[in-house]
Amino acid sequence: MDCYTANWNPLGDSAFYRKYELYSMDWDLKEELRDCLVAAAPYGGPIALLRNPWRKEKTASMRPVLDIYSASGMPLASLLWKSGPVVSLGWSAEEELLCVQEDGAVLVYGLHGDFRRHFSMGNEVLQNRVLDARIFHTEFGSGVAILTGAHRFTLSANVGDLKLRRMPEVPGLQSAPSCWTTLCQDRVAQILLAVGPDLYLLDHAACSAVTPPGLAPGVSSFLQMAVSFTYRHLALFTDTGYIWMGTASLKEKLCEFNCNIRAPPKQMVWCSRPRSKERAVVVAWERRLMVVGDAPESIQFVLDEDSYLVPELDGVRIFSRSTHEFLHEVPVASEEIFKIASMAPGALLLEAQKEYEKESQKADEYLREIQELGQLTQAVQQCIEAAGHEHQPDMQKSLLRAASFGKCFLDRFPPDSFVHMCQDLRVLNAVRDYHIGIPLTYRKYRYKQLTIQVLLDRLVLRRLYPLAIQICEYLRLPEVQGVSRILAHWACYKVQQKDVSDEDVARAINQKLGDTPGVSYSDIAARAYGCGRTELAIKLLEYEPRSGEQVPLLLKMKRSKLALSKAIESGDTDLVFTVLLHLKNELNRGDFFMTLRNQPMALSLYRQFCKHQELETLKDLYNQDDNHQELGSFHIRASYAAEERIEGRVAALQTAADAFYKAKNEFAAKATEDQMRLLRLQRRLEDELGGQFLDLSLHDTATTLILGGHNKRAEQLARDFRIPDKRLWWLKLTALADLEDWEELEKFSKSKKSPIGYLPFVEICMKQHNKYEAKKYASRVGPEQKVKALLLVGDVAQAADVAIEHRNEAELSLVLSHCTGATDGATADKIQRARAQAQKK
Amino acid sequence: MAFPHRPDAPELPDFSMLKRLARDQLIYLLEQLPGKKDLFIEADLMSPLDRIANVSILKQHEVDKLYKVENKPALSSNEQLCFLVRPRIKNMRYIANLVNADKLAGRTRKYKVIFSPQKFYACEMVLEEEGIYGDVSCDEWAFSLLPLDVDLLSMELPEFFRDYFLEGDQRWINTVAQALHLLSTLYGSFPNCYGIGRCAKMSYELWRKLEEEEDGETKGRRPEIGHIFLLDRDVDFVTALCSQVVYEGLVDDTFRIKCGSVDFGPEVTSSDKSLKVLLNAEDKVFNEIRNEHFSNVFGFLSQKARNLQAQYDRRRGMDIKQMKNFVSQELKGLKQEHRLLSLHIGACESIMKKKTKQDFQELIKTEHALLEGFNIRESTSYIEEHIDRQVSPIESLRLMCLLSITENGLIPKDYRSLKTQYLQSYGPDHLLTFSNLRRAGLLTEQAPGDTLTAVESKVSKLVTDKAAGKITDAFSSLAKRSNFRAISKKLNLIPRVDGEYDLKVPRDMAYVFSGAYVPLSCRIVEQVLERRSWQGLDEVVRLLNCSEFAFTDMTKDDKASSESLRLILVVFLGGCTFSEVSALRFLGREKGYRFIFLTTAVTNSARLMEAMSEVKA
Repeated sequence: MDCYTANWNPLGDSAFYRKYELYSMDWDLKEELRDCLVAAAPYGGPIALLRNPWRKEKTASMRPVLDIYSASGMPLASLLWKSGPVVSLGWSAEEELLCVQEDGAVLVYGLHGDFRRHFSMGNEVLQNRVLDARIFHTEFGSGVAILTGAHRFTLSANVGDLKLRRMPEVPGLQSAPSCWTTLCQDRVAQILLAVGPDLYLLDHAACSAVTPPGLAPGVSSFLQMAVSFTYRHLALFTDTGYIWMGTASLKEKLCEFNCNIRAPPKQMVWCSRPRSKERAVVVAWERRLMVVGDAPESIQFVLDEDSYLVPELDGVRIFSRSTHEFLHEVPVASEEIFKIASMAPGALLLEAQKEYEKESQKADEYLREIQELGQLTQAVQQCIEAAGHEHQPDMQKSLLRAASFGKCFLDRFPPDSFVHMCQDLRVLNAVRDYHIGIPLTYRKYRYKQLTIQVLLDRLVLRRLYPLAIQICEYLRLPEVQGVSRILAHWACYKVQQKDVSDEDVARAINQKLGDTPGVSYSDIAARAYGCGRTELAIKLLEYEPRSGEQVPLLLKMKRSKLALSKAIESGDTDLVFTVLLHLKNELNRGDFFMTLRNQPMALSLYRQFCKHQELETLKDLYNQDDNHQELGSFHIRASYAAEERIEGRVAALQTAADAFYKAKNEFAAKATEDQMRLLRLQRRLEDELGGQFLDLSLHDTATTLILGGHNKRAEQLARDFRIPDKRLWWLKLTALADLEDWEELEKFSKSKKSPIGYLPFVEICMKQHNKYEAKKYASRVGPEQKVKALLLVGDVAQAADVAIEHRNEAELSLVLSHCTGATDGATADKIQRARAQAQKK
Repeated sequence: MAFPHRPDAPELPDFSMLKRLARDQLIYLLEQLPGKKDLFIEADLMSPLDRIANVSILKQHEVDKLYKVENKPALSSNEQLCFLVRPRIKNMRYIANLVNADKLAGRTRKYKVIFSPQKFYACEMVLEEEGIYGDVSCDEWAFSLLPLDVDLLSMELPEFFRDYFLEGDQRWINTVAQALHLLSTLYGSFPNCYGIGRCAKMSYELWRKLEEEEDGETKGRRPEIGHIFLLDRDVDFVTALCSQVVYEGLVDDTFRIKCGSVDFGPEVTSSDKSLKVLLNAEDKVFNEIRNEHFSNVFGFLSQKARNLQAQYDRRRGMDIKQMKNFVSQELKGLKQEHRLLSLHIGACESIMKKKTKQDFQELIKTEHALLEGFNIRESTSYIEEHIDRQVSPIESLRLMCLLSITENGLIPKDYRSLKTQYLQSYGPDHLLTFSNLRRAGLLTEQAPGDTLTAVESKVSKLVTDKAAGKITDAFSSLAKRSNFRAISKKLNLIPRVDGEYDLKVPRDMAYVFSGAYVPLSCRIVEQVLERRSWQGLDEVVRLLNCSEFAFTDMTKDDKASSESLRLILVVFLGGCTFSEVSALRFLGREKGYRFIFLTTAVTNSARLMEAMSEVKA
């Protein structure tokens, strides 16, 4: 512990830089790094090496080999490079490897060496070949910049949405620039290049010469330039061994340094921490590493081996054949606590806790000291924060222990920061593990783009499903965001394992996924279908609880009939309809109808549609089914709706009648034939008598005839159409009363015995307010209805007599209820008396 | 009069929220088309719309002119047209014609179609076929529940009945499920669910699916409504076919209540103007008589009139101060009551006049005879005479159906002769109506052999997948025997009465039919609620030939308060009648329940018959 700050190197007065080992590399490289094309992804991402890139021989053994390793050197993929010569490698933000070939083609590979896609950087690049290429990251994604053999630049700011930009020409540029880099300012990607002593800035529109302010004189060329991770700062290395550091806008100089080494450095990168005032650049030569900043002295390291620098958000990763190290500025909290003889509250608290463990009373002294200054809260916070910056779990633990110790003496210290730090560190330690190899720092994890979601995505990308799930469960992420998402990814990966049978895959997936909410089986099935495993896709769809999700994919897989039954099961008629129309186009008419026939629900839906939109199809449907009953109805409907002329209507009705006969519905057939006859007759009547007859019912036709005085015709009609007597009597009675032809009515009533009795005569006469006529018929009413008839004509007294004579209790009550006021007083008394008499008996 | 609720009767949830929701959504949709616009409204949507947002609200949101969607070319000159329609193909054609006419004239306007309550793929298809899909923008106004009264929610979908029970079209089921989902989101999920009928089951299952998909949120809510009961209309056609004699039902039968309000003509208002009156619990007079048997209503109203007079009379002998008080506080209320009273008295008179003209007593007697199953011959000849005299096509049809259902179909001879008579009286186009009625099981022939079961078994053999069950279901609904007589016996629907049934102080739900018949639908609800399951009703269910279900979610049941457990939502799929509403309200008062009614539309016998009629185009 005493030597804890041993690896701290001061730069100037205010900052320390430390370098510690992340991993000892496991990769067992045969080549030197310098013999390979190297690309390492930021945020502790993977490393890609292309061995023998420059060999032109075609012998198999000498072919270039592309290897991908994790940050700890675990091999992830290895493949023989069979395409053209590669100029540059780089990783996109999604951890896809972009390989820029000499001919301007960019091949995209996944983390596991799986080929994803390729794109070209344009014809101009193809003609002039690629001289140099850079992959860079902006807020829009990952871009590619290319320097062609014609010394022109072509650039695409986002490979996900490829738009090629050819940059303007640099006037008088005859040879390749000595160095160049991409900048990103105001959301526009630019290129800064150095030609001899001059600097040029290229954007879409123009090429402008720029001069860094305060540049030392005597520069004849720039050997190296570096732009910081956030594109805010720029460093230039000149042939005089002079380093200029300033803003990327070239408007302000921050500092300068003269290292007196004139050899061109191999790499130069920024090493700074967000929100830190310190600016430093790390420069690497073959055997030397130098950290320079705003200080007269620099920090120097000796490099034992060929090394490669990877700029990170908060430091620099340095890896070589044997080790992988991290170099960064010591964060403030750590500095306060661990600086030699520090009296910062955090340092005291850490000390106090150590003493406490030793059961020494000094613990109390230290604690008192902090408390007296009122800095305990601050001390705890410092310890928590410092723990985050430590790489070694032991050190993290002792800091956290100190924080927890300090917390005990505080009344109200919000626990969140402590809890979150513990959780975060557990997650970070887990992914930093040698086997996983994602050396993330706390700052990268917490403060910048890399959220837990992205981290989970990266784990999924590395197929580390169990770890990802454990993290989700540990952090208690909602299932939809966490576990289910990962399981879904796992399932999508699983369906690609072609050596496992469909049944096994489907079962394995279902066992793992079960009914986890948020898992879309249809997405997995779509993936399976994408891999050409239709059967598996269907099996997986069986697990999809939402039929609505099954149907579109089934249709895509051309399992329309299955789709139809699924749609029907869903109860969603819209879905059924979608499938129906699909089927209609896919199948021939006959097959389509056959399919419908087995699905009554779909059939009725389609019929409804046809009824409004495709009448002919409806007819065909009925024909196909030999549904003569409906066919008959169809033609009847047509006879009303479509046909204007009588002949047409009769013809339609004839077809309908034929259909009804086929349907063995003789009643309907006969009725239809009667209707045809009636229509023809009505037509004739209209011709002969004038007036409106068409479309009247038989009853109304007869009534109209009688009202028109054509009694004979009416009787003829009644005979022809076999109108029953009862109806005829009602009909005549009503019509004659309407005509007020009382004479004819009386004649009619006497023509024979009325089949409907004579009460209706009374009623109808009364309706026409003809009491005189009504009374005539009242006398002829049969005994059962006599009372009613008499009451109708208003003869209460006589009604009472009849009722008494009948000795009918109901009739008596009825009469009594009609007795009103004084006029019928006597009658009422009479009834009461009769009643009393009846009771006596 | 009017029976008070038991003191422990639960409070009803506040359904006015549904109105506000619908209004806000409509306004949002209208605002999507900024600037002045003309609104074309489908006739069927006008009344419901009026209950949600009146003209002034529409004007506030820059609706310029209102048009009715009808078969006439529109003369709108506005640059923006908005259509508010039901998702029907007919409407799509109307819109297409309008848009295409504009296109021909080289005119470009903005068109927006708002479908209520939802859009159907078929409609979009038609728009596409007509070549205007790209010219119009489509939206949905998910307005599916209109609170007609404090305890009555209507989906205002009268076509549900024909579409589902006649055409076998299931598209509205999704709408029902959505409506239930909305209710359970707003008022908590229902711990106890019961239902009978195929449509009820499908709606229930779809609704459950919706609930499951939307996890969390609603699960934690305390349920406000303890039970839900879903019921298909075809479980009980009989009740819907009977003449109504409870005041509200009678008003509906006579004047037709439309969307909770009725147009009283000059004969009622005793002036030369018609008056549109809103009939709900807010109308104090109406609220007291709505559930009463008609024979009591007159007495009640005259008593009320006397009371009113007495209150007016108090004026005499008042000093100035009291008078001032009277004028400022009571007079307005009294006047309002006076106005309502005279309206309802007018309505009663008008009803009486109409009913006596049509021999209402005879009709009721026949109906009761049919329900009880005696003097069938006499009833049949009554119906025959009814037809011969051309009393009313709809009424005749209704009686025929009632006869058929209570008798398990007509005997072949009657079936033929009645139909022949009917065609002669009312026109041969009713041949199609008969074919519809047969399909819906409303008017059938007592068949010697079961031809349909043969088809059924053939089909089930053909199809082996899951859907097979549904097909057999579909066919069984076709082949349905009503078994009314047996059910009536089992459930004791015809109360045995010693002496006169006292309609003033009813003993059971039969009072809504003058003590002659307990509505089957309501009896089923009563029985199931009593048992809180279908246990012991197996025989009834078998006779009804419907699938039933019951489900109790114990976790929710525990959470429900005892008060909410006495709140019951009854869902009528295919419409309910006011008589059923009155009967269940009565049951609620007796047992300390409160019923809430959700119906696809308020119906009655005439509407039912009209839905089955084939109208000449």
